[in-house]
Amino acid sequence: MSPKLAIRPRLRFLEAAATPHGLDSYLEQVDPLLVTGECRAEVVGVERGTEESVTLTLRPNRAWRGFRAGQFVNVTVEIDGVRHQRCYSPACAEPRRRDDSGLYRPLFGPSASEVLEIAVKRHSKGLVSNFLVDRAERGMVVGLSQAEGDFQLPEPRPDSILLIGGGSGITPLMAILRTLLAEGYDRPVALLHYAPDPERAIYRAELERLAAAHPNFQLARSYTRAPGAGELDGHFSPLHLPQSDPDFTAAETFACGPPALLDAVRGTWANGLEQRLHVESFVPPTFVPVGEAGEGQVRFAESGVEVTNSGESLLAQAEAAGLTPEYGCRMGICHTCTCRKRAGTHKNLLTGEVSSAPDEEIQLCVSAALGDLTVEL
Amino acid sequence: MTTALPTAPPPASLTAVDGLTTNPYGLSPEQFEQLGTELDAIRQRVLADRGQRDADYIRGVIRTQRGLEAAGRGLLWAGVFPPAWLAGTAALSLSKILDNMEIGHNVMHGQYEWMNDPKLSGKQFEWDTACPADQWRHSHNYMHHTHTNIVGKDRDIGYGVLRMSEEQPWKPYYLGNPLWATLLATFFEYGVALHDLEVERIAEGEVSLADKRELLKGIGAKVRGQALKDYVLFPALSGPLFVFPLAGNATANIVRNLWSFTIIFCGHFPEGTHEFSEEETANETRGQWYHRQLLGSANLSGGRLFHILSGNLSFQIEHHLFPDLPANRYGEISVEVREICERYGLPYNVGPLHRQFGSVVKKVCRLALPDSTGGVTRKLGGAVKKAGRVTSLARAIPRLRPRLSR
Repeated sequence: MSPKLAIRPRLRFLEAAATPHGLDSYLEQVDPLLVTGECRAEVVGVERGTEESVTLTLRPNRAWRGFRAGQFVNVTVEIDGVRHQRCYSPACAEPRRRDDSGLYRPLFGPSASEVLEIAVKRHSKGLVSNFLVDRAERGMVVGLSQAEGDFQLPEPRPDSILLIGGGSGITPLMAILRTLLAEGYDRPVALLHYAPDPERAIYRAELERLAAAHPNFQLARSYTRAPGAGELDGHFSPLHLPQSDPDFTAAETFACGPPALLDAVRGTWANGLEQRLHVESFVPPTFVPVGEAGEGQVRFAESGVEVTNSGESLLAQAEAAGLTPEYGCRMGICHTCTCRKRAGTHKNLLTGEVSSAPDEEIQLCVSAALGDLTVEL
Repeated sequence: MTTALPTAPPPASLTAVDGLTTNPYGLSPEQFEQLGTELDAIRQRVLADRGQRDADYIRGVIRTQRGLEAAGRGLLWAGVFPPAWLAGTAALSLSKILDNMEIGHNVMHGQYEWMNDPKLSGKQFEWDTACPADQWRHSHNYMHHTHTNIVGKDRDIGYGVLRMSEEQPWKPYYLGNPLWATLLATFFEYGVALHDLEVERIAEGEVSLADKRELLKGIGAKVRGQALKDYVLFPALSGPLFVFPLAGNATANIVRNLWSFTIIFCGHFPEGTHEFSEEETANETRGQWYHRQLLGSANLSGGRLFHILSGNLSFQIEHHLFPDLPANRYGEISVEVREICERYGLPYNVGPLHRQFGSVVKKVCRLALPDSTGGVTRKLGGAVKKAGRVTSLARAIPRLRPRLSR
């Protein structure tokens, strides 16, 4: 019998005794990592390479179910009382899998047996990233989602692999590379890395070490603002593809970086090669309003309904589209119509406040969409 | 449970102030407008200022509540020792009071939704009482807060079992008003749970029990869970001494019931609070809505601990003006609200608990009897001020009685 089954009856008793708040809400008062129904992680390592970035080592709690190299996690931090989320790709090697129950869920203690490494870079509008770069410290507890994303190293491992990364889009590729090399992958793997200059190229030293130690790993850098400093120059072009193996487009290719890089890569992998290309877009969050009331599309995600934004309250638009959301006062006081906004910019019609934060609770009756918006309704 | 309500309330409209009935203090349309603007400004300022200290506050209260609960349950486990029983019952009572008043009520108003923490989302929160949270959100957040003190719409006026307004026609049943009130206070959590059941409408045959099946199912599930915890599981842990935790848990539930009944009835029924009719309030402006909330609510004076244990409903006026602002802010805002009331010549009804509750008790007893003068005292004219307080608007203004049974 698995350990999980053995403890279930006891947990059920405890949950009944802890109704209606649930066992976790008592456990977390003792230690925030003790919760069983929610993934959280403790920051156990903080390495500040430059003022622009920080590398964090996270130890998830028992709820963590592990990840595949290339996947991402949502990290939640609280800034001035408000929870904010941002996704990061762990850059560490995926742990060697033994069996599903043993590795990630020790029976006792708050933590999983593995740690995660994420690299965080400062950028102008990056609320969460800048907070972590400035304020992350050992002992801090952050929220964590389970790992998500189809961008992952396939099994069995392909015969040759090409990695193309731009900026901090290198992180999921690091996870893939480290995983491959750690498990003794001996077929060709190449990395094209684009960064503004050597100083801002994260993992530079480690990549050089790896390239020196593993003859099957070929490393090529292009520093777009420091021509001549890397093996290559300028932005991505097909000419950057490894010359040693003219057939490198036959490799499984993983690309992650800013939209311009990915567009160029997609252009090259057209004509039937698309199925060998795996792409993870890497877009910094936008916090600027992207339109006027009355522009864009409003999507009611759970109903699968999409309408042209009329600029009216989202409640009125939902009703006009034939939906029947719960509502009460229709004047912004009772919160009956509160819904989660997934993405987009909304304006509070009472306060005039504008917000572009994703995953935010909004009151439909007093919120209007500015441009495209998606709500869970 | 409620996907759509049978009738949509009109949106806050901008129709002109019509006549005297909603306006006992003679505010001009411009003043109503200005009142709305001033109160909106307070709201905006607090909204923009919400932050870490509010988050720390509510988490601190939750932490205290969880601690008190754990301590209470632990002590009651050993409840065979009288000091442990007393301390355990006290701790559990306080825990349930904090849970319902300062945490549950306020979180379910959406006061902390801006924190974006799913556990503090108004829509997901569940509390330690018999009433299922989703039903409460309908009967309280919407029905009571939108239709505050509108006789026939706001079911907090008497909870369908008491006569709390002259506008409710007297019948012999109401002779039992003081007795019904005592029973309601003792078993208040069930009174609240049955709020949406509209027992009086079932009694009058307007709706059938079958119409309320879903509602009853929800209540049943919640009551079962609560009873299992308080009256089976925790007593069972004490084995043959189960009777001590059992009695302690029951006592804590009743202490919480009496306390929340007292605080809640002091919010809208002390002498001087106004009632309104549906007709009067049909086309309210935002300023008029604020004005109705002001006149329909009453505050309690007291110390910081008292305010916390009352769930800051001791600032009922501020709560009704701004039901979704974090409750820990009401104390600060109250200074400004009071000053605004003075400037507009509006009453600001505040008094210590014993006086406000005394006046509620008097009202419960007085309304048990038929109106002595058979409504002859309902003279034409503005509200009569008397000893600094104001007589009920309902008595001062003649109009058709709204049918209670609507």
